[in-house]
This record gives sequence, C-alpha cells and structure tokens, in this order.
Amino acid sequence: MSWLTPDINFKIISPELIILIVALLVLILEPLLKGRSKNILPHISWIGVALALVSVITLWNREELGFNQMFILDNFSCFFKIIFLSGTLLVILSSISYLKEEKIFHGEYFSLILFATFGMMLMASSLNLIVIFLGLEIMSLCLYILAGFRRYDLKSNESSMKYFLIGAFASGFLLYGIAMLYGATNSTNLKEILIFTQGFENPLFLFIGLGLILVGLGFKIASFPFHMWVPDVYEGAPTPITAFISSGPKAAGFSALLRILLFAFGSLHIDWSFVLWILAVLTMSFGNVIALSQTNIKRLLAYSSIAHAGYVLVALVAGGDSGISSAMFYLLAYTFMNIGAFIIIIFLGEKKVNLDDYSGLVTKYPILGITLALFMFSLAGFPPTSGFMAKFYVFSSAIKSGYTGLAIIGVLNSFVSVYYYLRVVVIMFMRAPVDEVQKVPIPFFLGLALLFSVWGTLHLGILPQSFLTLAQNSIFSPF
Amino acid sequence: MIDYCWLVPFLPLLGFLLNGLLGKKIGKKLAGWVGCGSVFFSFLVALKIFSELLSYPASERFFQKTLFTWVVSGNFNINIGFQIDPLSTVMMLVVSGVGFVIHLYSVGYMGKDPGYFRYFSFLNLFVFSMLTLVMADNFLLLYLGWEGVGLCSYLLIGFWYEKRSAADAGKKAFITTRIGDLGFALGIILLFWTFGNLNYTQVFSQAPSVLSHGGALITAITLLLFLGAVGKSAQIPLYVWLPDAMEGPSPVSALIHAATMVTAGVYVVARCHVLYELAPLSMGIVAVIGAATAIYAASIALVQNDIKRILAYSTISQLGYMFLACGVGAFACGIFHLFTHAFFKALLFLGAGAVMHALSGELDLRKMGDLKKYLPVTFWCFLAGVLAISGIPFFSGFFSKDEILWKAFSSPHGGFLLWLIGFITAGMTAFYMFRLFCSIFLGKSRVEEEVKPHIHEAPKSMTIPMIVLAILSVIGGWIGIPHVLGGKEHFGKFLSVVFEKGPETHGIIHSAKAESLLMILSVLVVLIGIAVAYLFYISRPQLPKNLAEKYKGPYKVLLNKYYVDEFYNKAIVGPFINLALWFWKFIDVAIIDGFANGSAYILGWISGVARKVQTGYVRNYALSLLLGAVVILAYFVLR
Amino acid sequence: MFKTYFPIALLLILVLGMAFVIVLLSRFLGRRIPSKDKLSTYECGIEPTGDARGRFPVKFFLIAILFIIFDIEIVFLYPWAVVFKKLKVFGLIEMGIFLFILLIGYFYIVKKGALRWE
Repeated sequence: MSWLTPDINFKIISPELIILIVALLVLILEPLLKGRSKNILPHISWIGVALALVSVITLWNREELGFNQMFILDNFSCFFKIIFLSGTLLVILSSISYLKEEKIFHGEYFSLILFATFGMMLMASSLNLIVIFLGLEIMSLCLYILAGFRRYDLKSNESSMKYFLIGAFASGFLLYGIAMLYGATNSTNLKEILIFTQGFENPLFLFIGLGLILVGLGFKIASFPFHMWVPDVYEGAPTPITAFISSGPKAAGFSALLRILLFAFGSLHIDWSFVLWILAVLTMSFGNVIALSQTNIKRLLAYSSIAHAGYVLVALVAGGDSGISSAMFYLLAYTFMNIGAFIIIIFLGEKKVNLDDYSGLVTKYPILGITLALFMFSLAGFPPTSGFMAKFYVFSSAIKSGYTGLAIIGVLNSFVSVYYYLRVVVIMFMRAPVDEVQKVPIPFFLGLALLFSVWGTLHLGILPQSFLTLAQNSIFSPF
Repeated sequence: MIDYCWLVPFLPLLGFLLNGLLGKKIGKKLAGWVGCGSVFFSFLVALKIFSELLSYPASERFFQKTLFTWVVSGNFNINIGFQIDPLSTVMMLVVSGVGFVIHLYSVGYMGKDPGYFRYFSFLNLFVFSMLTLVMADNFLLLYLGWEGVGLCSYLLIGFWYEKRSAADAGKKAFITTRIGDLGFALGIILLFWTFGNLNYTQVFSQAPSVLSHGGALITAITLLLFLGAVGKSAQIPLYVWLPDAMEGPSPVSALIHAATMVTAGVYVVARCHVLYELAPLSMGIVAVIGAATAIYAASIALVQNDIKRILAYSTISQLGYMFLACGVGAFACGIFHLFTHAFFKALLFLGAGAVMHALSGELDLRKMGDLKKYLPVTFWCFLAGVLAISGIPFFSGFFSKDEILWKAFSSPHGGFLLWLIGFITAGMTAFYMFRLFCSIFLGKSRVEEEVKPHIHEAPKSMTIPMIVLAILSVIGGWIGIPHVLGGKEHFGKFLSVVFEKGPETHGIIHSAKAESLLMILSVLVVLIGIAVAYLFYISRPQLPKNLAEKYKGPYKVLLNKYYVDEFYNKAIVGPFINLALWFWKFIDVAIIDGFANGSAYILGWISGVARKVQTGYVRNYALSLLLGAVVILAYFVLR
Repeated sequence: MFKTYFPIALLLILVLGMAFVIVLLSRFLGRRIPSKDKLSTYECGIEPTGDARGRFPVKFFLIAILFIIFDIEIVFLYPWAVVFKKLKVFGLIEMGIFLFILLIGYFYIVKKGALRWE
C-alpha cells in the first residue's frame, strides 16, 4: 500500500478553523463564567462568525485543493459559506433576547450552532463523499440537540426525538448509497467518480447508490416524500433554531446535492433528471397545498420551506450554468427572507404562534408588521423583492433548458402560495388586535438582524445583478 | 462635480426618506430644515454642474453618467444613468431652484398643518422624481420619473383628503393623465420595438437612418409621446384636471402645477426634437394643439372668479405657447418660455397663497379688493409677476413670449394664423391678469366684514421666497434678449448644442424690421388689454356687469368653461362607469371570481384531506421515507 | 468474482460449522441436572420478564456514554502507534492537537459536574 504524505493546508480551511476555535472557546468559557458575565458568549460567537465571513471573502477567487483532494476551496464553496455564515449571524443575533425570555440562556447553544455551521461549511467544501457525510453528521447531531433545547417543553423534546430518529434513518440511506458508489466506482472521490461516469459502462450499482444518496440528502433539504419530519420539528424546536434549520442545513444539503448531481453525475443528467423532475413537482405542490390549511405560523413556514425546496429542485433539474447559479441565488435570497420572517416570530415568542395571534399586529408594532409583510411578499415572489428575482431566475433557467412544463407548474404553484402568505398579511393589517398586552421595545441585536435581512431582501430584489454575477462566477467547472 | 450628478436627485430622495420615516420623531423644525436643505443642496450641486459645464467648449457639453445597470434581460439593457447637457442642466436648475424657494415658502404656509411631515416628504419625493425625469439618459428612467411626478401630483392634490372635493380632484388628475400616460408608454414600447434600445444617444443617432422622414412609424411614435405630454401638460383635450388640481395647497400648485411637472411634456417634446423633426405632421399637430389651447384657456380665464382657477387656466394657456414654440420648431424658445414662466407663474401662485392666507382662505375675487395697503409686499411682488406674464417690455415674459410669436410667424413650420392666435392670446392674457390684479389689490374693498380685522401680511418665510421670485421674474428674461434689441441671446446659444439640427437656424423670413414691427404690435395689444381691464375694474366697475347682461349666452358658456366637464361626464365617464359595472357584476363576479373561488375551494379541500397524512407518528414518517426510497430505486432498477 | 469472495464464503462455512459442532458436542458430552433456575432464559437469576421501560438512574447512562466516547477515542491511538515512526514529529503534533480537543471536552464535562456521582 502506497503511503500518502499528509497534505495539510491551513490557509484554505481558515474560515472553518475560526468557527471551530470560537466554538471551542465558547464551550470552555461556558462553565468558567458565572452569572451575568455569560452575556459575552453570544457576542464572541457572532464576532467569530463575522471574522469567518471576512476570511471567506479574502479567499474569494482562489481555487485550491487540499487534504489529499478531500477538501476543495473554490468560489462555489465560498458562496455557500457566505450563505451559511450570514444565516448563522442572523440567528445568533436574534437569539440573544429570545433565550433570556425563555430562560434557556446557555453557552452550549452558541457552541452547538457554531459546530453545526462548521459541519455545513465542510459539506460545501468537500470533494469526497466521506467528508460530505462527516460534515453532515457534525451538523445533524448539533441540530438534534438544538431542536430539543427547550428541555422543559414537551413539544421541543418531541421535535428533537423525531428529528433524531428519522435523521438517523436517513443517514443510514446516505451511507449505504456512498458504499454502493464506492463499490461501483472504487472511489469516494467525486473527481474520480466523475471520470468513471464519463466512461461507457455504468453498472446498476452506480444508480442504486445515487438513488440512496438522493434519499439521504432529500431528507436534509426536505423534499417530498422525505419531508414528513419538517412540520413537527419546526413547530417544536425553539424558533431561532427553526429559522436556522430551515436555511443553513437546507442550503448545505443543496450544496452537496449540486456537487454530486451536477458535477460527479453531470454527464448522466438524462438518467436522473426525470426522478428530480417528479420530486420537484411533488415537493412544490405538496408543500404549497398543505400550507393552505395551516393555522400555526411555524407550521405554515415549515410547509412553505418544503415548497421552496421544490423551487430549488427545479433549478437542479434545469442544470447547466444558469441552473446552478440560479439555485445558489435562490438559496441566498431564501436565507434572508425566511430568517427575516422568523425573526419577527422569534420576537413575539413561543406563545404567539397561531395566526390569530397576529391579528392587528401592524397597529401594535407597525415596523414589525410592515417588515413581516415584506418578507411574506418576498416569499410569495412579488417584485421588487428578492423572492421575485430568485423565482424569476430559477424558472427562466428551467425554460432555457427546455423544461417549460416544469416552469409552468412552478408558476402555478407560486400562485397557490400567494394565498397563504397574503393571509398572514391580511390578518395583520385588516383585523382588530386581540389583546392589549404591554408593548415591548424591540431588542437592539434582534433589530439589527431584522435590518440586515430587510436589506438582503430588498437589495437582492432591486439590484440583483451584483449577487447574480457573484453566483455566476461561483459555478464549479461542470465536468 | 459632474461625476457626482447623482447627488442632485439623491438628496431630495434622502429628504423624503428622512421626513417620511422619521418625520414625527425629529420634530417640525428639523423636518422643515431637512425638506428645504435637501433641495437647497441639490440646487447647489446643480449650480456647480452648470458652472463646470460652462468651462467646456460648447460642442463638448455632453455627459452620460451611468450609476449602475438596472435591468439586463437578453439584449434589453437599461442603466440607471443620467445625462448632463445644457437642456437637462437648465431643467435641473429650474426644478431645484424654484423647488427650493417653494419649499421655503411652505415652511410658513403649512406651518400649522397637522400633515406637515407628510407634506414635506411628498414634496421632496416630487422633486426627486422630477429631477429623475429631466436627468434620465434613457426613456425607461424618464418614464419612472414621469410616473413618479404623476403619483406625487395625485398625493399632493388630494393632500387634504378629508375634503371630498380635494380627493376627487386628485383622482381626476390621476385618471386623466393616465390616458396620456398610456400613449406615452406605448410610444416608448414602439421605440424599443424599433431600436431595440431606449438610451437617448442611441435612439436619436439611429433615428434618421432607421426611420423614413415623415413615415407612419415615426409619426405614430411622436404622436403617442405627444399624447403623454398632452395629458401631463394639460393641453386640449386632456386639460380638465388642472383647474381642479387647485384643491391642493397653494405652494403645490406653484411647484407642480405651474413651474415644473406640467412643463414635463414640453421638456419631453424638446428632448425628442430629433424624432419630431422627422415627423412634420406631428410637428403641425403639436403647434395647432398648442395654439388652440393657448387661446381657448385664455378665453375661459377672462370670466372666472376663483383666483387660483384663473391662474390655472393661465398656466394651461402659457403651456400652449410653449407647445406652439416646439411645434414650429423653435424648441429653444419653448424651453426659454418654460424657464421664465416657472418664475412668474410660481410667484403668482405664491402670491395667491399669501392672499388666501391673509383672507382666511377666501378665493373669490368678488370678495376682495383694495388689499394694497394691507399686503404691501405681496402687492409689489404680484405686480412684478403680472407685468412679466403680460409681456410688458423688459420683464422676463416679454422676451420669451415675443420670441415665440416671432418664431410662429417666421418659421417654415409656422404661419400667419398661428401668429394671430398667439397675438390675440397675448392681449387676452394682459386683460385677465390685470382684471385679477385690480380686483384683488385695487378698487373698492369688497372683503366681508368679519374677515377684515384679521387681514395681515404673510410671515417672512413666505414673503422672502416671493421677493426672490419677483426679482427673477423681472430679470430672468435678460439672459435671452434677442438680437433685435441688441441682446446676445445667451440662453438660445447655450441650448443650441442640443437643438443644433433645429430648423430655426434657417428661417425663411429673417428681417429685423419685421421682427421689430411684430414686437411693437404685441406690446400694443398688451397695453390695450391692460387699458380695458383698468376701464372695467377700476374706473367703471359696473361695465362688466352690463356687458355680461348684454351677451348673456357667450358669457355663460365661458363661465361654465364651454361645458366641457359636463360633456366629458356624459359622453365618456358615464358610459365608462356602466361598462365597468357590467364587467364587475358579470365578468368579474360571475366568471372570474367563480373560477378563482372554485379552484381555491377545490385546493382547500385537497389540502384538508392531504394534511391528514401528517399523523405525527414517527413510524409513519419512516415508512414514507422508505417508500420514497423504494420508488426511486425501483425507477433506477426497472428503467 | 468468485475468487475474491471465496475466502469470505469459506470463513462463513467454518463459523457456522463450528457453532453447530460446539452446540452438538455439549449436548452429547455434558452432564445434565436440570433445575428451575438453570432452565430459565439467562441461567443466572435475572428476571427474564418485566417492564421493558424499566427505569434506572440517568447517572449510569451518562457515565456509560462518556465512557464510550473516550474509549473510542483511545481506539484511534492504536493505528497511530503503528505508524508512529513513519509519521515522525508531524504525527506527534497531530495527536497532540487531537488529544487537546479531547481534553477540552473532558474539561467541559468535569466543570459541568457530569462525573460527580452525588
């Protein structure tokens, strides 16, 4: 057996290192600090995330391999890391006041979020199925715990347990798929799999492996029929964690899926596109139709997040440069508008999650009401918000690749979605307020996060070109 | 500073955001500062740009500054970009300069209004939109500004929305101009369809080669664009909204409905002069409509009693002059009249505002008179404005109006008839302006007794803007003194780069004698108009009444504005409402709603059924996952 | 195909055969004195039936889990020890980092009081 010299390159993993070090630091400080001094932990965390963001930006436009071709630094991974880190930043900022309100202010919370972010970053940057799995598990394990972070709350426990059981089940599928691919191609390296799939012989094992990987990652991105956990987990998990789960891990799942499907299996597009076509249609339709009859806003956004996964799958089916870049743009836009919507739910607390609780919100909190309306319009895909631009690019990439039917189904679906998004707006603006509870001022950091997401939503909607160009420059060379 | 030309529209936008979002928090005083300051600084920037522009040789005074790319879709590429050339600079100066003065006036005029912040934010938004309109370097951005000013006009006319008539007037203005805007939008679409581009430079440079001279397409484009101008600039037949628009606050009338927005149509025609010169038929129509509107509106103004409405009809009439100038190919003259008109008409409106202010909101000139001793400053300023608009020599209106009359007579596109109409209108203008002036300030006081003790001169923040505008109304025309009077025509020369291909350079009749003769004639007719007004309203006040008795029929027609509003209501609005009712009751409620509600009902039902899949049991979730896996694998295996 | 999997098949046969033979041998060779306890399932006195959701203090669970974590980490030391000489100083540093991260976990556990029995 030949001996591989360890190929260590700390520079290309510097964002990951920063996140890891900060996570460990928070973990050490947590038992050391007592009482009020713990308040600095979230600030350490978000500063760390911001530093990592800066370091990602300095690594832009470099293409390097490292760690024996297991780790790749390219614009594709950097773009995704920007998505993850902005999502994490927003979640940390908006969590601070929430945790105090719920009396679960513990340092582990931030540490776990950072570890999960680390896992996602690993997924986006890996060129090896094993490392993808490793990242996925690091991320998932943290999320299982975070979902149950409101320990005294039964719903939170249930959420954590369900997430863990189904998640472990899905991980099994993924690992089995990886094993199958290894059996078929004799490698877990995506580049070598690519070389293999470009050959003439494609054994059945290869496709069985691909199918199982689709199941495993389909669970993470909440695609039909692997989405069943989503509403229960979203409902029970602490709201900031719901926001977190619905943005970062979904994007991480897509980053892995994009690399596997469009890079390693890019030349077999004809073979798998039909499966994804069906998945996309079912995911969109299922999410949107069931969301119609939801009365809990967290569950409503859960189904909406399923539907949005369907839209991104449309971009995957379309494939090609425009498909990849539109999927990336969509995920970025979705991160801002979705977390933005959740921030308002976070502010209102766990007791106000029924749609009726939002009656007349705009008279009590005009700013929150208007911003929530903005995010709802964006999620529904109205111009001039990011949601419109994102959908526009996805559907136009589908039409460009000849999937006009799929684009039409997507547009019809977004018609359906308008109903339940606007229902929230109608309830907020046109109904009388229900109770006369004391008005609470908006906490500073939560307001900051809100401002950031409003900026993202509007910037991507009004001036999409800059970020679209960024996404277009971030496409990995398709095989 | 030209590189920073985006500051000019950006500052008022900032003011709009600050006042609109934070108005109540920062207080009235600061809000007023923000409102005025933002426009003032944008005026300063515009001045700097103007002085820099002068430092370049005349042929190089052209810049296009692209801020960023707005939309890219295939070959459709639109930039947010500004064009700096003499024409846009003149417009920038007028908009920001007059705008600033009127903002200042508003501080005093609106001081006690509860909607103070709303007012200033809308006013700033208006200035932003208007500056975007005049600075745009492509038709789409122009259209954005065009719609923006329309919106602000609507918002500000209906500013006192609790008043039914104000809200209705706002709607009327919006809907009427909308008809024109439809044409305008179609014109832009046709332009894009023809050229595949909307940038001025590209469109104008390709136009002569792409379009045949006098062809159907260019005529259609120019007429559609002109339809937009007709709506926005209140020309026949879409002028009906402007008199009603006087329901808004007086400074709004001064800024939007006298000095700036209504002149946007003239600006667009002048900006597209390359296109109009290719379409002689359209030029003719522009000239005829302009002339007809001028005399028509002036005739209505003769007998009206509401001071602001008289000014409104006068504005329509003056705008007619500008279109007449454009129609005969004298675009620079049209812009020159726009420039001077902005000063004296804004001044007159502000003066009317001051009179209203003094008389607790009274608008009927039959209840005024002899206000000279109460309102000395307003009196003198108003006099300057009246002299300017009447065309008394060496006041600003004289130069610009006379130039238009001369061009209407001498230009190859013009003719004797057009000149005659303009000439008669000049006399009418002098008459009704002095009728207005005499009735307000001179003669016997007819003010109601309970109002009398409260009459007072306006505060400084209102009088200073009037004084500034009065000075400008007197001297504003001196930058364009024609050669006949020994002037240098600086204004025309400055603009000549933009209009260099204009036919005005090769007029048929080029005789100084003829020009002087016409000038003397027009001064005479103006003096006659003034004399008649003096006779009617100062020396023998019962005379007009007798005349009205004698010619009851024509008088009534004029007083009721030729019954055009009634005609429109019967012929257009009524049937339209019936059609709309039919669409609503039958097409919308029965068919469309039925379809939409039906599909929504079905979807809701499906949703209710499908949600039962969500049992809450982990085993069922795992089963669904497994089933999914089996189906996917089966597809791959059995394929 | 056959050649590669032949040793595995051989092993499978051997294992099955061995198990079968041993059970059979004890049946024939062993002396059998049956009693009630010896006939029970586990032959050691533990109740074979009872509540499947029997409760026991969570402390045991915690200790067991922590033991497994650290035990598995120790397993990583074995392959490292095998190639230690080839890896030279690099290996030492790497393992130092690895153990350091582990120690952070240990530090956290101790500080949090997870190992305190009472």
